[in-house]
Amino acid sequence: MSEYETHIVDVLIIGAGGAGLRAAAEASAMGATTAVVCKSLLGKAHTVMAEGGVAAALGNVWPEDNWKVHFRDTMRGGKMLNNWRMAQLHAQESPERVLELEQWGALFDRTPDGLILQRDFGGHRYARLAHVGDRTGLELLRTVQHRAVAVGIQVFMECKIVRLLHDQEGHVSGAVGLWRETGKFVVFGAKSVILATGGVGKMYKFTSNSWEGTGDGHALALWAGADLIDMECIQFHPTGMIWPPSARGLLVTEGVRGDGGILKNRDNERFMFNYISEYFKAETSDTIEEADQWYGNKRDFRRPPELLPRDEVARAINSEVKAGRGSPHGGVFLDIASRRSAEDIKRRLPSMYHQFKELADVDITKDAMEIGPTCHYIMGGIRVDADSTAATVPGLFAAGEVAGGLHGANRLGGNSLSDLLVFGRRAGIGAADFALSKSGKVEIDESQVEAITQHALSFFDHEGRENAYSAHQTLQNTMQELVGIIRTEPELLEAKDRLGELEEQAGVVSVEGHRQFNPGWHLALDLEAMVAVAQSTTLGAIERRESRGGHTREDFPLPDNETLGKVNMVTSIVGDRVTVRSEALPEMPPELRELLEEAH
Amino acid sequence: MSPETVTVSTQKTLKMRLWRGDESGGEFTEYQIPAQEGEVVLDVVHRIQAEDAPDLAVRWNCKAGKCGSCSAEINGRPALMCMTRMSTLDIDAPITVSPMRGFPIIRDLVTDVSYNYAVARRIPPFQPPALAEGEVFRMQQIDVDRGQEFRKCIECFLCQNVCHVIRDHEDNKESFAGPRFFARLAELEMHPLDTLDRRRLVSEQFGLGLCNITKCCTEVCPEGIHITDNAIIPLKERVVDARYDPVAWLGRKITGKPNPTPANVAAAYASETLEDQLSARKAGQIEPRSVASEVASS
Repeated sequence: MSEYETHIVDVLIIGAGGAGLRAAAEASAMGATTAVVCKSLLGKAHTVMAEGGVAAALGNVWPEDNWKVHFRDTMRGGKMLNNWRMAQLHAQESPERVLELEQWGALFDRTPDGLILQRDFGGHRYARLAHVGDRTGLELLRTVQHRAVAVGIQVFMECKIVRLLHDQEGHVSGAVGLWRETGKFVVFGAKSVILATGGVGKMYKFTSNSWEGTGDGHALALWAGADLIDMECIQFHPTGMIWPPSARGLLVTEGVRGDGGILKNRDNERFMFNYISEYFKAETSDTIEEADQWYGNKRDFRRPPELLPRDEVARAINSEVKAGRGSPHGGVFLDIASRRSAEDIKRRLPSMYHQFKELADVDITKDAMEIGPTCHYIMGGIRVDADSTAATVPGLFAAGEVAGGLHGANRLGGNSLSDLLVFGRRAGIGAADFALSKSGKVEIDESQVEAITQHALSFFDHEGRENAYSAHQTLQNTMQELVGIIRTEPELLEAKDRLGELEEQAGVVSVEGHRQFNPGWHLALDLEAMVAVAQSTTLGAIERRESRGGHTREDFPLPDNETLGKVNMVTSIVGDRVTVRSEALPEMPPELRELLEEAH
Repeated sequence: MSPETVTVSTQKTLKMRLWRGDESGGEFTEYQIPAQEGEVVLDVVHRIQAEDAPDLAVRWNCKAGKCGSCSAEINGRPALMCMTRMSTLDIDAPITVSPMRGFPIIRDLVTDVSYNYAVARRIPPFQPPALAEGEVFRMQQIDVDRGQEFRKCIECFLCQNVCHVIRDHEDNKESFAGPRFFARLAELEMHPLDTLDRRRLVSEQFGLGLCNITKCCTEVCPEGIHITDNAIIPLKERVVDARYDPVAWLGRKITGKPNPTPANVAAAYASETLEDQLSARKAGQIEPRSVASEVASS
């Protein structure tokens, strides 16, 4: 038996956000012994940051809504790069998953009839987002957390997983982690493993993600031999806070612009009028006079350019800053103060008012906000089978942001929370089925465990090297500058070279102090994951010589629907290098294709 | 941030006294670090971590007051580090940051809050009435409002930290759930559709009676939840009703249904799984509360 603390379960789930806990509840209900491991305390996952709502075609506000419309919206929003089967399952099953939350005690806002209230959001044809004020993510997380605890799952908190284990057949068979509190190692043996680790935002300088978003699951999958897809597709939200440092990257809702907020550069110019592309010319105002009338009369006037799609606005802000017309801290100004009365702003945007007041000491009823694009979400992720969420290595499953496919090249707001529920449940079923049908005992290969623990401890031997914090900053600067919102071949190739160097540096960063609750050490381990993910993103971005959703190439500004629009960029480790290849998207059946062609 | 404050603060040197140590003891270590514009306490702690003390232990996640991870005591006052702006503190004097005192120390600013998770596991979950195929719940906004207030809770455990019942009397943790979980129990009690009666459990297993409503919990809640007024006091009233309501007692006598006692309710929930709990309920050990009477009493 191992010298390390060892736990044997049927299903091991890494990550305790909405997807991980929903998976746990399902696997446990199927009779599989189930454990969840998370880097933080239970209930702190990034799911709590979701505000707007969970998209589900319940039809409570608009009876015309149904899964077919939701499917179409999701595919169009994703610029057709989506896995059609995932988009279909997601649209069909999300209403049931939302109603199930009510059975577990969730309290959504209500319609006058006493049903779940739904709100409008970008890209959704009907008001579709079930919500609880602007804290829907917290409600969802708390509900699945209570449920998972009630069904009796095991929870291992503040444990960082270093590597996955595999058995003689090459199936994933567990993981080795370390307790953040003591720095001691722990071995998990399992018949199947679900990755539900969320996003990768911390490889960028400006991100809305928390410290946990270091791409652990993406990297664990890569290192275990699994495929990732479309890692170049990253959503940059145009309006994140950039100042003060305390709030850098924090999201500023699109609702500010919806309510009349305008974007200005340091010369006080309303610059968005200079960035109306040919494609949107017909539907966008070209004068301030017309734009300002749209708010009161949407029928006779065209939309202001501030309300162009997210990627268009993010690109424009980027260009202004590059041209030297940015705000003092490298963004632009978002002004609602000169547009609406103080009373109006407080009533319509209470959480934004509160956020700026508390965190930035800025009164948005008096002063403009300084904002800039922020890395928000990765559409790409682990390549999975739509129905079972199985990754390309047996015994490994993935759900939530860490999985790729559902959102294609661009995600619609509200589709993330429903993703967690639909595919969290499916992962629970898939992994429990796999585990319960697998005969024999879980064997732990001591030599693998030994190699992993030796590797993790090696950081304490690298005296006098760069520390993890500064290597992390180098990575963030590289990704922000060279693999950001707007990409070009020379910059991407430079990023590839720098990441090669960083991979070596990250392997030998030095860690001070001892093993007990040592964040410098934890960051060193997170850093190697981020570097692997950054390489996937960069390689995918080099090969996708087109612009599509969350991937914009200055040198290839248009989509290539004939060729690149029909393939996934697949990254995997060949030998010891991250490599990329393209593979055809799954073919959509004709009856679903017809849904897409119906007129709006 | 107005420009005037900015210029002043950038010229200052901050004297941060952070508590360093573990369960065997420790002390405040002073770090001097230049002030920067517009920071919260957590930013300064992070800069110290990146530049001077890479092994400084601190919990944090969202940095937006939504996850409740970075609870600490700043100049002795319990607060979230991510929501405490440096500009609200007197930066001419040293600023102390210490771990929550109500919980055992793990290291530096990190405490062992497992007590809270243990209590959470003991709370009988939401128990809805059965729905027919295709039927959905209907609830009015006015009825969900009360529960929604408690569901804003981000579980920062600052209320647990300041509650003197456990802050000064470690042994009370055995028999006392604390304000966070009174809010949770109140939420379940006031849920328009919940069918379980937890009232005697609340007083006899979770120690509601030990609370003497000093409102310390309410004062430190970063979400502004009225824990004392809206959760604890109504819960106390309901517990009294459950014990001394002669009509309900007579009703149970007549229908032959057992009066809920702490023993039979607790027995049902001592078991590991929800399935066990459900079968316990089916076996009649727990009496479902009438939905109609709940709504009527609201």
